[in-house]
Amino acid sequence: MKLKKGIPVIDQGDRLGFWGGKFGGNFVPETLKKPIEDLEIQFNKLKINKNFIRERDKYFKNWIGTPTRFIKLNNLTKHVGGAQIWSKVVSDANGGAHKIYNATVHCLMAKRSGKKVIIGDTGAGYAGKMLSMAAKKFGLKCKIFMGAKDIKRQQPNVKAMKKNGADVIPVYSGSQTLVDAVSECFRFWVANCDTTAMCVGSTVGPAIFVRICGWSTSQISRELKVQLINEFGEIPKKLKLYNCVGGGSSSFGFWNEFMDYDKKQVEFIGVEAGGPAKSKRHAAPLTYGSKIGILHGAAQYVNQNSDGQIEETESISAGLDYPGISPLHCFLKDTKRARYTAASDEEALKAYQIVTKYENLRPSLEPSHAFSIAIKEAKKLSKDTVVIINSCGDAYKDRGILEKKLGKKYVKSN
Amino acid sequence: MLNPISLAFKKAKEEKRPALLTYTVAGDSSKKQSLEILKAISNYADILEVGVPHNTPVADGGQIQTSAYRAIKNGIKMNDIFKIVRDFKKSKNSKPVIFMGYYNMIFQYGENNFLKKCKKSGVNGLIVVDLPWPENKIFSKKCKKNSINFIQLLSPTTSNKRLKRITKDSHDMIYYISMLSTTGGKLKVSPKKILANYNKIKKISPKKNCVIGFGITEKTISNFKNTDGLVVGSQICKEITRSLSNRQNPVINVSKIVNKLRKKIS
Repeated sequence: MKLKKGIPVIDQGDRLGFWGGKFGGNFVPETLKKPIEDLEIQFNKLKINKNFIRERDKYFKNWIGTPTRFIKLNNLTKHVGGAQIWSKVVSDANGGAHKIYNATVHCLMAKRSGKKVIIGDTGAGYAGKMLSMAAKKFGLKCKIFMGAKDIKRQQPNVKAMKKNGADVIPVYSGSQTLVDAVSECFRFWVANCDTTAMCVGSTVGPAIFVRICGWSTSQISRELKVQLINEFGEIPKKLKLYNCVGGGSSSFGFWNEFMDYDKKQVEFIGVEAGGPAKSKRHAAPLTYGSKIGILHGAAQYVNQNSDGQIEETESISAGLDYPGISPLHCFLKDTKRARYTAASDEEALKAYQIVTKYENLRPSLEPSHAFSIAIKEAKKLSKDTVVIINSCGDAYKDRGILEKKLGKKYVKSN
Repeated sequence: MLNPISLAFKKAKEEKRPALLTYTVAGDSSKKQSLEILKAISNYADILEVGVPHNTPVADGGQIQTSAYRAIKNGIKMNDIFKIVRDFKKSKNSKPVIFMGYYNMIFQYGENNFLKKCKKSGVNGLIVVDLPWPENKIFSKKCKKNSINFIQLLSPTTSNKRLKRITKDSHDMIYYISMLSTTGGKLKVSPKKILANYNKIKKISPKKNCVIGFGITEKTISNFKNTDGLVVGSQICKEITRSLSNRQNPVINVSKIVNKLRKKIS
């Protein structure tokens, strides 16, 4: 299995949509073959259409707000005492997370194809919140499927979705989290694909959704490349990019533009959710060697039992609480371009405390996983190493959990 | 010699009626009871679809999901499902059996092992909901080699060009999904329109047995008397759920329903 240079990773799949011959694909009911093919044709045209790119960039700049900040975390660097620690503050984006890029692109595409309704899944609520914002902006009706358990633990985002006029549909089946929300969203699309567009909230699902999402979030690394050159005059000789990985949309977008660099120069570190310490129900299929299986239309490493039933996961962070992982990350793992590890719930909380103590930055529980590993590793790295963590979400949505786990003082500033 | 599935269609045709296909989930509500249900309904049905429960079903509506979750919760495993079929096949008036499920269960078992086990247990056909054409080309060939009918699905969104190519690659039986819906949806398209699509398929592929499924219930079934076969699933699963919550015997209630369905098309 080999990563090709000079070709975007999203376009390195084969005729049937498999990366490396075995990850991804289109394991979908016959009914969805046609809408998926339509979407493929539309996307392949639009991604090289100058007018469309101009339109995308206009909304990214004026509405989402690009570029998001790239800042040095001076106090944290001093405290850790090793590599320079920087952050790409993607939570600056309108709505407070990277999910806005994919949502905007899907709405622009839905609008062009004459669809009136757009549906989407959500775990932490960010994908849903952003889709509801974009749908409102572009005049589309919006339905968001969300696990009942997640609705309870991510109330601020649920309120935001409703305020934007979206229907939030609770999903009571299975574990009542993201995995079931995605299944329910698919089911709705099967029954309504003639009138309705679907947005998959991460780089998961049938190949076309993986591609559209990866293409959209790549805005993050496009900006970062320019910011690095402005700051250092070149791409640093020792660069390490840390990112949390749930489905894998923010990490893929954070890394994409650096794909062709040697990994000795630009290393990618993906941090999965290890769940509560000692828990076996982690959400870290890459770290803990899960087997390949089929989930939501794509072949991927996924937590499952020997029969092929998908296993429930457990993580403090709803956005990472997913038993599978993007086919793109399976591909990056097996080609050894990226390295994957996991942080536990406790480690993520600890990292959140450290970051908020030293910096004026409040990463949500998802990027707190990445901060945890970055802080641990930065200690042992030289001063000329540049460590960057993608702070891809803001902790506002986690205030309930943070208050319960850490006490009121950690959420007071909200 | 005709395979058992084609034979069942032939027999129904001789009686001038469509074949009746039922769908029940293996292990719902228990291993023993699902076997009893199969035995009871095979008095009236011609072909039995046995659902292989999966916990992330992307095409099933509420009724079948409930049955599948119930079976999984009660501990059903792939090998138990093979055993249910094997035991059923030993019974006096057993009928052809078709497995219906999702690809990951086959993938984890290993395609070759799975087919070997199907053959041994007496499974006659397979419907794999999320393995569409052309992705299923290699696997369907393997099925054919093992004398197992791989059943291609067609839907209202299938283009004419695709339809021709799929039917060309199909075995003796084809499954037409009546409308854009998950299983158990209310019939939202007129029977006339469904039959028009059905006839289009029959015209392209007159020799293959084409069944219609999704939205077929006691209320709608008599609209489709002039077809090769009809599948009823969600109404049966619903009846099992209803019987359980009323503390009644699902075996008796379900076989009553299947008997009624059969009378409506006879």
